[in-house]
Amino acid sequence: MIKIVHYINQFYAGIGGEEMADHKPEMREGIVGPGQALMAAFGDAAQITHTIICGDSFFAENQADATATILGFVEQIKPDVFIAGPAFNAGRYGVACGSVAKAVQEKFEIPVVTGMYEENPGAEMFKDSVYIIATKNSASGMRDAAPKMANFALKLARGEEVKASIIDGYLPNGTRLNFFEEKRGSERAVNMLLKKMAGKPFTTEFPMPAFDRVAPAAAIKDLSKARFAIVTSGGIVPKGNPDRIESSSASKYGEYEYAQIGSTPQDVYETAHGGYDPVYANVDSYRVLPYDVLFELQKEGKIGSIHPKYYTTTGNGTAVKSSAAFGQEIAEKLLADGVNAVILTST
Amino acid sequence: MKLEVGYIDIKDVQFSDTSKVAAGVLYVEAEAVRKLVLEDARIADIQLDIARPGESVRIAPVKDVIEPRCKVGSDLEIFPGMLGKVKTVGNGRTHVLRGSAVVTCGAIVGFQEGIIDMSGPGAAYTPFSETNNLVLIFTPKKDLPQHEYEQALRMAGFKVAVYLGDLGREVTPDCVETYETYGMLKAKEMYPDLPRVGYVQMLQTQGLLHDTYVYGVDMKNSLTTMINPTEVMDGAIVSGNCVSACDKNTTYHHQNNPVIKDLFAKHGKELIFAGMIITNENVFLMDKERSSDWTAKLCAIMEFDGVVITQEGFGNPDTDLMMNCKKVEAVGVPTVIVTDEYAGRDGTSQSLADVDIAANAVVTGGNANEVITLPKMDKVIGSLAEVDVIAGGFENNTLADGSIVVELQAIIGATNELGFSRHSAR
Repeated sequence: MIKIVHYINQFYAGIGGEEMADHKPEMREGIVGPGQALMAAFGDAAQITHTIICGDSFFAENQADATATILGFVEQIKPDVFIAGPAFNAGRYGVACGSVAKAVQEKFEIPVVTGMYEENPGAEMFKDSVYIIATKNSASGMRDAAPKMANFALKLARGEEVKASIIDGYLPNGTRLNFFEEKRGSERAVNMLLKKMAGKPFTTEFPMPAFDRVAPAAAIKDLSKARFAIVTSGGIVPKGNPDRIESSSASKYGEYEYAQIGSTPQDVYETAHGGYDPVYANVDSYRVLPYDVLFELQKEGKIGSIHPKYYTTTGNGTAVKSSAAFGQEIAEKLLADGVNAVILTST
Repeated sequence: MKLEVGYIDIKDVQFSDTSKVAAGVLYVEAEAVRKLVLEDARIADIQLDIARPGESVRIAPVKDVIEPRCKVGSDLEIFPGMLGKVKTVGNGRTHVLRGSAVVTCGAIVGFQEGIIDMSGPGAAYTPFSETNNLVLIFTPKKDLPQHEYEQALRMAGFKVAVYLGDLGREVTPDCVETYETYGMLKAKEMYPDLPRVGYVQMLQTQGLLHDTYVYGVDMKNSLTTMINPTEVMDGAIVSGNCVSACDKNTTYHHQNNPVIKDLFAKHGKELIFAGMIITNENVFLMDKERSSDWTAKLCAIMEFDGVVITQEGFGNPDTDLMMNCKKVEAVGVPTVIVTDEYAGRDGTSQSLADVDIAANAVVTGGNANEVITLPKMDKVIGSLAEVDVIAGGFENNTLADGSIVVELQAIIGATNELGFSRHSAR
């Protein structure tokens, strides 16, 4: 039997409305209020053994203390799953549900589920941390929300694979999961366009994220004193690609010393990059890794010095998250080595 | 323009003494096909094989897929300017050997070729698990540069497809569909209350083996222009590129462009299919600016009430997609864009290399980085030698039991950005 602890506020516990919102956290044995609707969906598969109740104002004003008390209750019971709400569009209740669920998930590493209307402030705050089942904006949506939350909780408890948000009914949480739609993409596009042209509501399949734009660093005033390095996403690696950097969707970057000037480039370098015709880069890798030019400039005294190592990966199909992580590490190494000028080349 | 398309349903492909189509079976004389291909001195050898739906077969590394078609009752030819005469197609009658395909198989760069599984979990991700495929396995002359090999293989694929397509010339089709477009004034007169919908197709033209040809013209050397959608059904646009398999538009995808099909399905009922713009995805900023300016300008001139914009490839072309979208929106024409995502293997990374607030209506073909295990097949057509280095492969991705682990990126058509499949993500 899957053991569940359920969190609700003073209103759903039948204690009272706003006037009772400073009700302190308490735990009762058994089912209270909306737990009935959840139990109806669970049948014999799970049991709500305890219900934790806390006033919304009390939680908002004493968050640390309230959370500690609630975690203490949960610790006594050691449930398999923790459910909070649903909070529908109640703002403080939503924040409390999200906050408590997140704390329980982090401390006890058990599945947690809550439910809210997408515009509840708690949804924006916690949708990337805990699963929030999408509900209607008022308590009249209980009949719809309870079985969805119950089924999803069972799924998590059983360790079943979580599917895309649109299938399992939780609010999009930033993790993109694949699935097969009922209609092909072109037909969905035409239908979406008909709605958009007619001014009717439509739902994009990919909401535009906030985009990370990096401001360029200040210009270098005196090149003759600057220490230069090359970092490339053009995939130039020592011949044979010793670290097996992938042709696309790179999981790593390489850190290599330059081959001696004078050696034939195609004997010592090649590109691992799978996104372009490699012929010209393989014949003369300096086209992508312009070390030969830097070397000349240094001889002429136009630049100060050259960092002896270069950093390389393939930009092709590589996740931005991976690229950002590579960039962070590389930048730290370069800074530690006193580099103050970097030439970035792509393909 | 008006095109009648007669579909001849092909239920099987078999080798035979003579090439013909009879009772839904495409019979292929292998020797005749070999001879045709070996006319090109750059090809040292060619092997032929057949892959049918449901068979335990893996085809790799796949370069292009082409549907056999022919023009009937006129002097027009399929693949105008490429293989056929450059005369304008898209009118008259075309016969299609529906359910069959020519698959070209050969490692050109060893990176951006793909996999087709005819059965098992991988089959659901590629449309070519459902076609009866004649597979051409090429061996190029020694030391043939990649770009020449690409061209030889590309042309050989078209030649074989035309050779097979011609076998349907005298066959009575199983069904005939008519696609007709009208000029601006006539369309408005016929359907005064329907919205004028356009289609903007972005063609892969990043160069260095990333090219698309229109009537034989390398599209990267063209300004943004217009084409009639029926021309595309006659092979006016062909693939010549090595973009990652999942979002490469093969020639078959162009011939069967689903946006064109789905706009025609509502043409004269819910909308007027008022025109089609083709633009490129060049790598130079000035080209991107110019091409997207022209896209928006043509949308305004055509007085479209809305457009669908489709992409090919990812990364660099994401910038073209966003430029097209925001500039078209800025001239007052609502857009829906079709793309795919590279959100990392766990789906938590940023999906696109560029985004814009104007792109508020997006259809996605799914996350190409998601990983799939493809169990061992009884038979491999081609070779699995490159399966760790193809885009979407990685080191040690062949398991002890012979199954391979790849990102969806490696499967032909898995996240197609014409919206050819039902695959998506949230």
